[in-house]
Amino acid sequence: MSPINKNAKQVLAPITSNKRVGIYHQIIVNIGDLAQKCKPGNFVAIKVGGDNSALVLRRAFAISRVSTSSASGGTMELIVAPHGQGSTWLCNRVEGDLIDIVVPLGTAFGVPTEPVPVLLVGGGYGSAPLFGLAEVLNARGSKVDMILGASTSSNIYAPMEGKRAVNTMRIYTEDGSAGQTGRVTDHLYEQIKDLKVAVVYSCGPMPMLSAITTITKALDVVHQCSVEESMACGIGICMTCVLPVEGEDGSISMLRSCIDGPVMDGSLVSWKQVGKTL
Amino acid sequence: MTAIDFSTTIGNAWFPAPTFTASGCASSGRELAQFFPLREMGGVVTKSVMSRVRLGRPTPRMAETPSGMLNSIGLQGPGIDAFLAQDVPYLVEQKARVIVSIAGETVEEYSTLARKLRSVSGISAVEVNISCPNVENRGLVFACDPDASRRVIDGVRRTLGGELPIIAKLSPDVTDLVSIARGVVDAGADGLALINTVLGMVIDVNTMRPQLGGKTGGLSGPAIRPIAVRAVYQVHAALPKTPILGMGGIANGKDAFEMILAGASGVSIGTASFGNPTAIMSIQSELKQMLIDRGFKSLKDAVGYAHRVEEVSNE
Repeated sequence: MSPINKNAKQVLAPITSNKRVGIYHQIIVNIGDLAQKCKPGNFVAIKVGGDNSALVLRRAFAISRVSTSSASGGTMELIVAPHGQGSTWLCNRVEGDLIDIVVPLGTAFGVPTEPVPVLLVGGGYGSAPLFGLAEVLNARGSKVDMILGASTSSNIYAPMEGKRAVNTMRIYTEDGSAGQTGRVTDHLYEQIKDLKVAVVYSCGPMPMLSAITTITKALDVVHQCSVEESMACGIGICMTCVLPVEGEDGSISMLRSCIDGPVMDGSLVSWKQVGKTL
Repeated sequence: MTAIDFSTTIGNAWFPAPTFTASGCASSGRELAQFFPLREMGGVVTKSVMSRVRLGRPTPRMAETPSGMLNSIGLQGPGIDAFLAQDVPYLVEQKARVIVSIAGETVEEYSTLARKLRSVSGISAVEVNISCPNVENRGLVFACDPDASRRVIDGVRRTLGGELPIIAKLSPDVTDLVSIARGVVDAGADGLALINTVLGMVIDVNTMRPQLGGKTGGLSGPAIRPIAVRAVYQVHAALPKTPILGMGGIANGKDAFEMILAGASGVSIGTASFGNPTAIMSIQSELKQMLIDRGFKSLKDAVGYAHRVEEVSNE
């Protein structure tokens, strides 16, 4: 059995910048050489609330991009929505503050060995890690198309510089405030066929990932999705973040989304059984 | 650094340090091994294992609460055979001291599990978890019933013979913990693990439904520490010769020392490891330093120190 999270380290890392981008915060953290170990899809677990906080659990955030060439050493970028107490605390950190992080954690998106057309589908700020992935795929020669969706335009995360690695970007909002009215899955079947997509990568709410899987299965296209489930530890010891996943023999196992994920093969997740008693 | 005897014993099992994982909070051990060598703590208490593969309760299985969390795992696990084939050999290879935790649905299942442990080498002790709160039928929580508790421990003791020490893990959700503790010790338990999580619930005000898939969950973390300290103190007062593994919200060396003063011979760390993978290592070194700073020559001298009767001088 291979070691679990073999590259992960717990370190105190300085925040090098924290900027508001619409309703989100773009937080850059200096993680030195650890940046070289971070792959698109990996996540970081961050201690929040300070030393005497009543928040006892770390918060998991997808790493949206890493840079190994910045002047201050390697950095990682996080896109954070200040929704709860923990994420709000993080968004209130300023340049120079040290944060206690464990990184890199979890599985990464698999990158095809040959350049093939790929489609990246993001829901809300689930799009953030897809921009780092797009850069990697683009550098390998893949044609990268992207579809983003959210309930309303302010929830779409699509930075200008992120678009450089992307061939086309389509946007859907449920209220029609940006792009087309509707959901990312509305024309996905046709888009996968028209673009001759070989791999769909996705990150966003679980119902979206489930709906994408239905379409990719029908077209027999690979679907790598980054899942989300309530998580206490992020390192595989608490057994809370499990999902029903089908094994080779067809039996269902409850796999941890922190260790066997967050990136999973969508076709193997038993979406109908998520949250059900088995 | 001043020398101190930091070791502890439970039955005939000796541990070089009084610091353990709490069952269900270290998975197979491999996950923590990335952050520190497992042999450097007192021992690993494994996740409670049952006879067969068990998928556990539905998600969400976790809800954070003030200074704590609810979990609702429901004893997910690979079953005893896979566990003994894969997990125990790994821990032994890491030179970790191993306390295997077992859980059953019937008195007989506990005995069956104990029988499988008899011939396994590298195990220091057996924790008999009779208090997991995450079962559908609260009537199945043996530790809430003095008679059922005794019968489980009696069955395991008969099956194991005198070889492996038995640690009974008890629930704080009872009226008279001391009588249950006395019952399992009479039935053959060498030690006690106090406390399992406290049954709780969170209702999501947005969905207006219980937040956990399993509705109820076990509360852990610093929120329950005073309950744990009280439980350990009461049981140690009644059974001063019975070693206790104290647990419930221990997050630093001071918390561990408090538990030792209450009467624990060792401490288990659970939720703190979720928030900090190296929590056990820092708790261990902080506890050791606190004992040295207070002039204790050995850990054993500090066990139950809060119970001492002040000598009244009438000069």
